[in-house]
Amino acid sequence: MSSSTDLTRMTAAGLATAIAAGDTTAVEVTKAHLDRIAAVDGDVHAFLHVSADRALAQAASIDKSRADGNPARSPLSGVPLALKDILVQEGVPTTAGSKILEGWLPPYDATVTKRLLDAEIVILGKTNLDEFAMGSSTENSAYGPTRNPWDLSKIPGGSGGGSAAALAAFEAPLAIGTDTGGSIRQPASVTGTVGAKPTYGGVSRYGVIALASSLDQVGPCARTVMDTALLHEVIAGHDPRESTSIPQPVPQVVAAVKRGQSEDLSGIRIGVVKQLGGKGYQSGVLESFDSAVASLTALGAEIVEVDCPHFEYALAAYYLILPSECSSNLARFDAMRYGLRVGDSSAASAEEVMMLTRGQGLGAEVKRRIILGAYALSAGYYDAYYGSAQKVRTLIRQDFEKAYSTADVLISPASPVTAFAIGEKVDDPMAMYLNDLATIPGSLAGIPAMSLPSGLASDTGLPVGLQIMGPTLGEEAMYRVAATFEADYVSRHGGIVADFAPELELVK
Amino acid sequence: MSSTPPALTREDVAHLAYLTRLQLTDTELDTYVGQLSVILDSVATVSRVAGPDIAPTTHAVPLTNVFREDVIVPGLEHNAAMAGAPAVQDGRFRVPQILGEE
Amino acid sequence: MSHVMEMFDLMDYDKAIEMFDPVMGLEVHVELGTATKMFCGCPTVFGGEPNTHVCPVCLALPGAMPAVNRLAVEYAIKIGLALNCKIAPWCRFARKNYFYPDMPKNFQTSQYDEPIAFDGYLDVDVDGETVRVEIERAHMEEDTGKSLHVGGATGRIHGADYSLLDYNRAGVPLVEIVTKPIFGTKASAPAVARAYVAALRDLLRALGVSDVRMDQGSLRCDVNLSLTPAGSPVLGTRTETKNVNSLRSVERAARYEVSRQGAILAAGGTIKQETRHFEEASGTTRPGRSKETAEDYRYFPEPDLVPIAPDPAWVEELRATLPELPWVRRDRLQADWGLTDLEMRDLVAAEAVELVAATVAAGASPAEARSWWSAYLGQKANVAGVSLEELPITPTQVAQVAALVSSGDLNAKLARQVIDGVLAGEGEPADVVKSHGLAVVSDDSALQKAVDDALAAQPDVAERIRSGKVQAVGAVVGAVMKATKGQADAGRVRELVFQTLGVDPA
Repeated sequence: MSSSTDLTRMTAAGLATAIAAGDTTAVEVTKAHLDRIAAVDGDVHAFLHVSADRALAQAASIDKSRADGNPARSPLSGVPLALKDILVQEGVPTTAGSKILEGWLPPYDATVTKRLLDAEIVILGKTNLDEFAMGSSTENSAYGPTRNPWDLSKIPGGSGGGSAAALAAFEAPLAIGTDTGGSIRQPASVTGTVGAKPTYGGVSRYGVIALASSLDQVGPCARTVMDTALLHEVIAGHDPRESTSIPQPVPQVVAAVKRGQSEDLSGIRIGVVKQLGGKGYQSGVLESFDSAVASLTALGAEIVEVDCPHFEYALAAYYLILPSECSSNLARFDAMRYGLRVGDSSAASAEEVMMLTRGQGLGAEVKRRIILGAYALSAGYYDAYYGSAQKVRTLIRQDFEKAYSTADVLISPASPVTAFAIGEKVDDPMAMYLNDLATIPGSLAGIPAMSLPSGLASDTGLPVGLQIMGPTLGEEAMYRVAATFEADYVSRHGGIVADFAPELELVK
Repeated sequence: MSSTPPALTREDVAHLAYLTRLQLTDTELDTYVGQLSVILDSVATVSRVAGPDIAPTTHAVPLTNVFREDVIVPGLEHNAAMAGAPAVQDGRFRVPQILGEE
Repeated sequence: MSHVMEMFDLMDYDKAIEMFDPVMGLEVHVELGTATKMFCGCPTVFGGEPNTHVCPVCLALPGAMPAVNRLAVEYAIKIGLALNCKIAPWCRFARKNYFYPDMPKNFQTSQYDEPIAFDGYLDVDVDGETVRVEIERAHMEEDTGKSLHVGGATGRIHGADYSLLDYNRAGVPLVEIVTKPIFGTKASAPAVARAYVAALRDLLRALGVSDVRMDQGSLRCDVNLSLTPAGSPVLGTRTETKNVNSLRSVERAARYEVSRQGAILAAGGTIKQETRHFEEASGTTRPGRSKETAEDYRYFPEPDLVPIAPDPAWVEELRATLPELPWVRRDRLQADWGLTDLEMRDLVAAEAVELVAATVAAGASPAEARSWWSAYLGQKANVAGVSLEELPITPTQVAQVAALVSSGDLNAKLARQVIDGVLAGEGEPADVVKSHGLAVVSDDSALQKAVDDALAAQPDVAERIRSGKVQAVGAVVGAVMKATKGQADAGRVRELVFQTLGVDPA
């Protein structure tokens, strides 16, 4: 392998094969990506922290282990990855995009972090996000927004905009995201990358800074479906440290992708959700979606329309459940044991210092949701708000169950719009919340769902994401359809969508 | 199902900000009263469909009886536990004076 | 003490009881004796260096998640069964949200409207009468850390310059046992409160679920009390008195609140619903400071934990492991020890049953054990104003003293001196015997000399004995005892006197 650029444009699967074959080394691959980060991240700002020395040391130890004759510990051994800065990594700054955690060094590893390191995946650094994952644009990061590599004036989605932008900017071939209402899928959609939210409980949340405990899910991100599946199998699986972790075998998603790549979709029933489209969706997005439906039909799938009447209430339920849980989850950031402390003096009380620190250390959106959540949980209003929202979840689950009786997977646009301009929606929370219109129902039901590129919108020229939703623990069907769709796209366009992103100007 | 709760007042927001220990400026308070009212109006639709016969869903995959055995697991070394503290004294977290008692 | 004093009078207790009926509710928190905490694998042992039994979970580090201790759930179910409660077929943890630096998550993971056990009762004996205390619920939760307040007025929160936090106790499993309102106890309300907590303590100890050390805080009681005009069905406003750390304090706190509230109500005032703190030294209660009310806790089901649905077979299995419960045990002990109902009741009232049993188990006869605890040690406890259990002497030590008496090494007077030495902190009974030289003088050569000396000093008495007036031996024995400072075995001295004079007393 001659130039760094070549290595950064390869797939994770390809890099792992090349490292295993001795064509390159983990150190070379890591260096190539660190160089790329140095060259483009000043503009993109995907990373909050780059662990250059740590990553190179890890890569060197992987190379040494291979030289010593030890077998690779995973099919992604030696491949670099960008970790969303909401998962803790021992000794590496972890901020969750918030000032309140600036400078904090976690004394422990998240279960996913541990699994990545055990699989010899090289962690390049921590990626930017909306503060505590609250947002759909990464503009709520206390450390400045991430920019979309397709157009630096546009948002990369959120909350996981950093991870998605790192992939789209070829700064890393793999990334970890977290998805509470769409934070993996919507950024994937607007950056032309792939991101999957596994079934709730499929990947451990231990060591993931909690936003909304009953919705949060960690998931794999990459530029191809196969890379996403490979990473999925590395991070998934039961974790006794998390009580909501599913005690079942990991779905065989890599095998499902292989099958999808080699077979068509004959016999597969794909449901188009009536409620996820139309009003509120950009015409370029709908157009791309319609052409995706046409492709799937051509690939042999049977398309059926499914009716999910309660999806109408999903956004409302979500914006009650999430703030309620986050108002409690974020109470621990109180200036007592770690993190920022404002106004400490012998005259101040602990209560005053807590209030000052939280008032100044948390951003506007975070405070807004904490107050909203506290209100929704108030005695007297609990039944009308939080209680009702949990009932809506039941209705949405029932809608999904009914839909899956006639379809194997469901599809919709992943995001109603393509990447919008930075600053466009910051002062209008309701407009911002609508970005998650299509992803929230799946979050409330806890089903697996992913976004993969369906192409570029004819009106904006920016990527559009196709959302594929599987039934609970139905990741295999979801990945299989995604793989077939992607293979077809590549065969017709000569590459994946990410390959068509404009070149970024390199800093020299 | 009861009807929609009354509109949010500035006092409500101030009380909620106190309960959640958020020191807000007057400007922030004003902004939040307006924004939260809009959001609450919009989310109040949930009570329309949430009938008394519908069971709430708290978890996507229903599990029960998930336990850990009563076995000691090594925790954090003392220094690691204290490393992130804004202030430490005598092996303890030093914090501003605590007023009031539970 | 810099806190603001409340200005009011106290009403004479008997007068208050004439005018008002006390209604009580008792909330007992018990720290479970599991090896690890409620939601993490940190040890629960008491007294480690600060912040050495902590982990990401109990320090509430970002990202950490709880996992329920199975044994803690079993203990909670056992407690429920022993209290004749129903065991919930399905229950959950909830979050009780309020900020406090002792509590790292700033919410307490507790059970709210779905306790694991509910609707039970405990029968307690008060002055020979059985009072049934109904149990509302027993639920699981977690303890907080400990804070130390430095500067300002020493030891008090208000006025401290800063505070120091130790989270070793944070997350230790607790079961909170809540009674239904206790009506109709009139003047005996404080005694009922005390008897209930004592009975509960004995029960929990018998179950082996806690070390129930009130002095170390592993058993704590909150006393809720309100007064209602005598005969009135209308409930008054209640106060909740916390920090009640001994059985005696339970009684004193209830008594104090009756007098305090009685004075306020009689003067036409109203009772403020509030949390109060018991002051051990003065026996009074004072108001706490809390801006939050129960309305503000924003309870909701803990989303990081799943429901607990105890399988009936599991519950039955646990029921089968319940040990002999205290009231059953008491009946058996009474029979074993051959006591009358009244004698047994006195032992129960003196909270001496388990102490006597332990002393018997350590080798003493029931009669000796009972005599020591109910008589001599009972007086000592009364004088010191502490319960028998709080006396710094163990059943094993009492049994050792009893053994020394049976073997003739000590007589009754010396034995009391040894007990006094142990109570004074001079060590084990053997140490006290040694350091004070308290052993009965049984060395015949030493005694013989004392006898010879006494006979030589009283030749007339010696002559009278020789002539058959054996009862005159008392004067010689008395002289020997005096010479040996009471450490001689009087029986042996008597034998030696007759032997020396060649008299057969029979």
